[in-house]
Amino acid sequence: MSELEYKIVVGLEIHVHLATRTKMFCGCELVYGGEANSRVCPVCIGMPGVLPVMNKQAYEFALLTALALNCKISDFTKWDRKSYYYPDLPKNYQISQYDLPLAEAGYIEIPLETGQTKKIRIIRVHLEEDAGKNTHTLGNFSAVDLNRAGTPLLEIVTEPDMNSPAEVRALAVELQRIVRYLGVSNADMQKGHMRFEPNINLQITKAGTEYKTPIVEVKNLNSFRAVEKSVAFEVRRQLDEFAETGRTMASGNKSTRGWDDENEVTVLQREKEEAHDYRYFPDPDLVPVEMTDEWLTRIKSRLCELPIEMQKRFITEYSLSDYDAGVLTAERKTAEFFDAAVKAGADAKRVCNLLTQTGMKLANEAGCNVADLGISAENLAKLAKMAGAGDISATASATIFEEMAKTKKAPDVIAAELNLLQKSDAGELESVVDEVLAANPDAVADAASGGKKTKKARGFLLGRVMQKTKGQANPKVVSQILDKKLS
Amino acid sequence: MAKKIDETQVRRVAKLARLDLTDDEVARFSTQLSAILGYVEKLNELDTDSVEPLAHCLPMHNVFREDVITESLDTELALRNAPQHFESFFKVPKILDEDSGA
Repeated sequence: MSELEYKIVVGLEIHVHLATRTKMFCGCELVYGGEANSRVCPVCIGMPGVLPVMNKQAYEFALLTALALNCKISDFTKWDRKSYYYPDLPKNYQISQYDLPLAEAGYIEIPLETGQTKKIRIIRVHLEEDAGKNTHTLGNFSAVDLNRAGTPLLEIVTEPDMNSPAEVRALAVELQRIVRYLGVSNADMQKGHMRFEPNINLQITKAGTEYKTPIVEVKNLNSFRAVEKSVAFEVRRQLDEFAETGRTMASGNKSTRGWDDENEVTVLQREKEEAHDYRYFPDPDLVPVEMTDEWLTRIKSRLCELPIEMQKRFITEYSLSDYDAGVLTAERKTAEFFDAAVKAGADAKRVCNLLTQTGMKLANEAGCNVADLGISAENLAKLAKMAGAGDISATASATIFEEMAKTKKAPDVIAAELNLLQKSDAGELESVVDEVLAANPDAVADAASGGKKTKKARGFLLGRVMQKTKGQANPKVVSQILDKKLS
Repeated sequence: MAKKIDETQVRRVAKLARLDLTDDEVARFSTQLSAILGYVEKLNELDTDSVEPLAHCLPMHNVFREDVITESLDTELALRNAPQHFESFFKVPKILDEDSGA
């Protein structure tokens, strides 16, 4: 099949758990891993006669995300009931937004492997409630836990603008970065805070004619790896299927597949008759939401610099590599910590190296963010400046960094205490060099000979100087002096 | 005149609503639902060109609550109405197709 020309077309539907304290329509606490049915009330277990009330924080988190996704916020939205017949949402409908979502027509900018970015259009963003969990099967029975039922769930739907498995993954990762920057979701994949459903098909060109394969929706993916792998698998499967059957996209032949993580294949799911007859209708229990300019302005003021913008700025303003900028902007705290240190006058690359080479290792060990090690941005800047000026060696700067995290002391204080200050004063070092040269005439002769012994002799002399200064001479300066003296 | 809601439609809606109807009921409901729709059709005589669509019958909007935790039901109480439970889980007939969430 490889000789066929084809284009991959993927759109994504993403569900994100919002990090509110309570559920979307009742005050039950949101917990992960609590005792089954310990956080439920008449509203979220669907007792008759109860009234749901909107969680303002959830609504504002949704607005904030929609703004970050460059969406147009609707002046007026309402709530609808979507028919649902599973025991994990026992009122037999899900509260969602159908024809008037809270935001529409935005885009998300994703980083590509080439270092460029691509805009993926967003069709809509709306709020709904999550279902509970069918936790395990007991013979002919299932066990249902409704602690999760009613969790505020943000649904984001993109246009089919992604054209490779890597792009789909990039969007998933970027969205995680955005919601974490905004603080609207913990976006912990392991806890199911983000779930992805790609819609995949191919545009195949064969003998000058274009064919579209039937669209496949892969349900409920909850890792970046599964997102990328399932799309890649579908591409191969749809190519094979097209070669075999020639089947093309037609009304009603979209199918749903699940992801088998172990065997890394998608599996056709049993088609339910009339499954898509959701019979939406307006929820009479919930009143509409009207947007005001004043409210929208207030939400807008809570926006932060978006990760992709920060990444671009670090590259253009601070001349960092795309890789370094990506590592530093993975988390907002890290990015802001780095930025503050650079703004305090330190060299960006040096701060970057301190953070990525020493800081992140320490943070990892401590199980926290590098910004939470107890080091101030000012002290980090000071340390970078000391290293830049040659006052300390690279090894010493790592030691001082660790010591700063431990003792919270300033880097110059630590350097003095631990005797880590390097001598870079050329005049002072020159006299030491002179002494060494005078004491080792043979080595001086070898070093000046230009023969094969030169390198070794030079190294020997440098070593003697370091020894004499108890390792506190700046080797770079000593080397320069040696160059001058021996030429 | 053909019924507004014929028996096929009644069966379809009943299936969606998980209702098990007898043939007798299907025929009866078809007649009754058609009569209701016919009656409601009278509203079509009204000129609504200058009336804005209404999303809700109450003249209210933006009713929110703060994100404050309130006490949940005692688990035992929450499970009390359920026909069966297993430990602190609701116990239901096995779910064949896994389509939870939305």
